[in-house]
Amino acid sequence: MQQTRAVEISTGLFVFLGFAALFFLITQTTTIGGYVQDDTYEVTARFQNVGSLKVRSPVSMAGVTIGRVSSIEFDPRRLDAVVTMRIENRYDQIPEDSDASILTAGLLGSQYVGLQPGGSDMYLEDGSEVLFTQSAVVLENLIGKFLVNMGSGDDE
Amino acid sequence: MLRELLYALAGFLQTFGQLQLFFLRLVAATPRAIWRRFPLIVQQVHNTGALSLPIIITSAFFVGGVLGLQGYDNLSRFGSEDALGVFVALSLMKELGPVVTALLFAGRAGTALASEIGLMRATDQLSAMEMMAVDPIRRVVMPRFLGGVIAMPLLAAIFSAVAIFGAYMVGVVLMGVDLGAFWAQMRESVELADIMEGVVKSVVFGVAASLLAVFEGYNALPTAEGVGRATTRTVVISSIAVLVLDFMITAVLM
Repeated sequence: MQQTRAVEISTGLFVFLGFAALFFLITQTTTIGGYVQDDTYEVTARFQNVGSLKVRSPVSMAGVTIGRVSSIEFDPRRLDAVVTMRIENRYDQIPEDSDASILTAGLLGSQYVGLQPGGSDMYLEDGSEVLFTQSAVVLENLIGKFLVNMGSGDDE
Repeated sequence: MLRELLYALAGFLQTFGQLQLFFLRLVAATPRAIWRRFPLIVQQVHNTGALSLPIIITSAFFVGGVLGLQGYDNLSRFGSEDALGVFVALSLMKELGPVVTALLFAGRAGTALASEIGLMRATDQLSAMEMMAVDPIRRVVMPRFLGGVIAMPLLAAIFSAVAIFGAYMVGVVLMGVDLGAFWAQMRESVELADIMEGVVKSVVFGVAASLLAVFEGYNALPTAEGVGRATTRTVVISSIAVLVLDFMITAVLM
């Protein structure tokens, strides 16, 4: 009887440990944990080109993550990309004329939306749109421009 | 020559068919037996799962450590050591965790299952049960199979978690990768789908490795040599099956 008890206890411990490990993997190695959707407000922004921005990419201001991208859609009428961002409610005093740009963390890092504060007294609220935006820098375009400039330089 | 080849092919197909039928018998026996044989299943989860923990945890720690070292060495050539966390987490959860766990599982638990059942066969215990109108599939094979199926995904999850900790110890503590970058980049890039891919793989490997072990044991020749051969075949065939299945699942889930 004592032995069955030990077996049952160690089995229970093992199963518990397994689920704890799974829980650890799900909450600690992804961004799903700690991301509460309820206390956020939604802001949209239109970009000519979103580069490799993804859903759940961070939205940051002064280097601090204040929210996440919740959806990226293509608008077929205006031919640009609509990025919807969810910003935490405690950051509710972001000037309305702030501008959003798509930046890259490091040389090979992932892309994120950076907000630069404007000077308006009106604040962004749920459903408002960031009007001033700057698209992602596409490396190929940059190199293309550089090459064109080099070529015209040679002619002189 | 051709005739021998055809015979070999027929033999292979026959074994494969036997395996499918055996699997169907096990699945058919499962729903009723889960309630009636619950203590037996707990016992087998203990045998295949809890008793495999030492080997799984030790290997995981060192596999994670090696990944940390190799990853650091390779990534630092591109000046992106900060991506070590992503590299380690993704390769562990999607690939190495389930596969290495399944190989260790086949070696540690699969052999134990095959030789145990094979020895029961060799010492006529299975026939004795049949004489007493006890179905050995339900009484002996099914709990062991289910125990393995339950234990394997949990072992794989523990393996991945411990290995990430091992990589953290080597990468961050030993080699000096930035602590924040290690975790932050991991969180940026790992998706729930990546973890689910690992879970799907470990479930499939658990079914395959446990099924092959009990199948080989149950069909072992009732001699000392037969039991030994069944044990060897279990390891060889399960390892190959795990690697082939891994390729197939990866190709489908990509």
